[in-house]
Amino acid sequence: MTKDRIRVLLAKPGLDGHDRGAKVVARALRDAGMEVIYTGIRQTPDMIVEAAIQEDVDVVGLSILSGAHLELFPPVIEGLRKKGREDALVIAGGIIPEDDIPSLQQMGIRAIFGPGTSTEDIISFIQHEVAR
Amino acid sequence: MMSKTKQEWRETTLASTLKRAAEREEKFETSSGLEIDTVYTPEDLVGLDHARDLNYPGEYPFTRGVQPNMYRGRIWTIRQYAGFGTAEETNQRYRYLLEQGQTGLSVAFDLPTQIGYDSDHPLARGEVGKVGVAIDSLRDMEILFQDIPLDKVSTSMTINATAPALLAMYIALGKKQGVEPAELNGTTQNDILKEYIARGTYIFPPHPSMRLTTDIFAYCAEQVPRWNTISVSGYHIREAGSTAAQEIGFTLANGIAYVQAAIDAGLAVDRFAPRLSFFFNSHVNFFEEIAKFRAARRLWAKIMRERFGATDSRSWTLRFHTQTAGCSLTAQQPHNNIVRTALQALAATLGGTQSLHTNSFDEAYAPPSEEAVTIAVRTQQILGYESGIADVVDPFGGSYYIEHLTNSLEQEAAEYISRIDGLGGAVAAIEQGYQQREIQDSSYRWQKAIENSKRTVVGVNKFVSPYPRIKGLLRVKPEVERRQKERTAEVRKERDNDHVSRALKRLRDVARSGDNTMPAFLECAEAYATLGEICDTLRQVFATQKEFLVF
Repeated sequence: MTKDRIRVLLAKPGLDGHDRGAKVVARALRDAGMEVIYTGIRQTPDMIVEAAIQEDVDVVGLSILSGAHLELFPPVIEGLRKKGREDALVIAGGIIPEDDIPSLQQMGIRAIFGPGTSTEDIISFIQHEVAR
Repeated sequence: MMSKTKQEWRETTLASTLKRAAEREEKFETSSGLEIDTVYTPEDLVGLDHARDLNYPGEYPFTRGVQPNMYRGRIWTIRQYAGFGTAEETNQRYRYLLEQGQTGLSVAFDLPTQIGYDSDHPLARGEVGKVGVAIDSLRDMEILFQDIPLDKVSTSMTINATAPALLAMYIALGKKQGVEPAELNGTTQNDILKEYIARGTYIFPPHPSMRLTTDIFAYCAEQVPRWNTISVSGYHIREAGSTAAQEIGFTLANGIAYVQAAIDAGLAVDRFAPRLSFFFNSHVNFFEEIAKFRAARRLWAKIMRERFGATDSRSWTLRFHTQTAGCSLTAQQPHNNIVRTALQALAATLGGTQSLHTNSFDEAYAPPSEEAVTIAVRTQQILGYESGIADVVDPFGGSYYIEHLTNSLEQEAAEYISRIDGLGGAVAAIEQGYQQREIQDSSYRWQKAIENSKRTVVGVNKFVSPYPRIKGLLRVKPEVERRQKERTAEVRKERDNDHVSRALKRLRDVARSGDNTMPAFLECAEAYATLGEICDTLRQVFATQKEFLVF
């Protein structure tokens, strides 16, 4: 299957309902010509992995503001690996303390976009990383 | 008499200045895109009737304040939203805040508690104690309020879908402390509609949820007469990205839906309406926020008197809590947040708030550290005790600009309400995604305005400079989840499990009938049924609601 547009899954893992950022990013990526699938809130890691496989995405974006990232991100990365999708670009955003960033990057989250990030920066990062 | 009209002044004096130098912006606008004029004069208030539109404080339509002397009697309640980790840790923080001169408590519950899962539920993984305190049963409430007599404090609880269960636990705790329900003071947020619109912690579909809401109204009118049964909340609608006009329009439309639901359930309006309260955001535009609070008061008074025919003046008054805008805090140069918060707090008090939460400067990173929350409390004390603003009522009343903005915001909000009425009311509009779509559009416009530098955020898109990392951020340790699971397991072992089963069965039966559910919630709480057990019982009866997703 040939894909001419970058496909992105944006997901809200955990119980956190703060979806302003996820929805703004989803719209900005769409305006930049990407195909965006937004899961909505209250997604388990399994649901996110399943959606990423089903939708055959290039990018998985995780948005979380509840502080549960250290518990909820690893099973997403692990699940993608198990399903043979370790090639997917995984990025994250939300309220994530700087101290946690090295360990998240080590487990395979390629970029973490904190408060104040411009959507332009996210768009250019994705475009650069997903070689077409 | 002025020597010339505003138009004449614009064409002569102003025009000659503008010829020499253009203004900073082509157009100055409020958050909802209304154009702001250069200056306001009596011409902008033609038709304003002092007695009808402003009147005195403490008198209809309460534009100038709900009490006649406002903060000259007592300053607003300093009420910091707090909760993290286990009940023990949060109890320590409450006692610290009370020692610092805080005058009311405000409980932040963790997400599993808000969505009705026990701490050992698989979906609670990673979330226990993170954004608030974990409460699984009455045992946790006992620890949360250890050495805090419930007849001496007022307690606000940010709890919605599970509000009846947590209120029942609070009443049960009061009884254990020897405090009668009639002596309890406080608030349950109990505002499910804005959860579907903006905040996300709903469990059940709107109709059974609204029934639980009005069960609290009816029960408290009889048993807990000083309780604020609901806090109809615009705060989260604004945080999700709405404009000021949408914040009050959507919030008051939700308020209308609750009042109508209670009337439909057979309650007389003046029996429950005096205990309704509200919760607003204080955002970055200083004047617009002051006007917003005044407009909300006037509009609600008219709605209650004219639309619902309330005759008790307490039913007309919009009493509200305010929190400064969390979404305005920046992770960049975080100490600037102290100044932002002070300005927003000033707007809230000039707007006549009854209680106030000031954000801490480190909250773009984590729940506040003790140092940061102390500065936030001191900010309110400087406003309340040093600055003189508490010595006079509604000092902006009569300002041409503020009165003009108050009129515009009231009119814009009333238009949103009539649009929602046209869609069949707040619940029907939510089901159609109306409010969600409007908020998303506003929030996207806001973000774009920052990115194209139409809107300045100091330290983010202008005046950017390096800043040191904040030390001493609060971290909730992973042991919290383990300790909390252990305690809940102990509670399940030690309690009378037959009593629990009977109480849960009664709750199920009452939920299926049309009777008031509160006594059954109370029996469950007193039997130490867990929140997860209580909510699972109701999930079987009411089913669960999927997100009203608009995207």
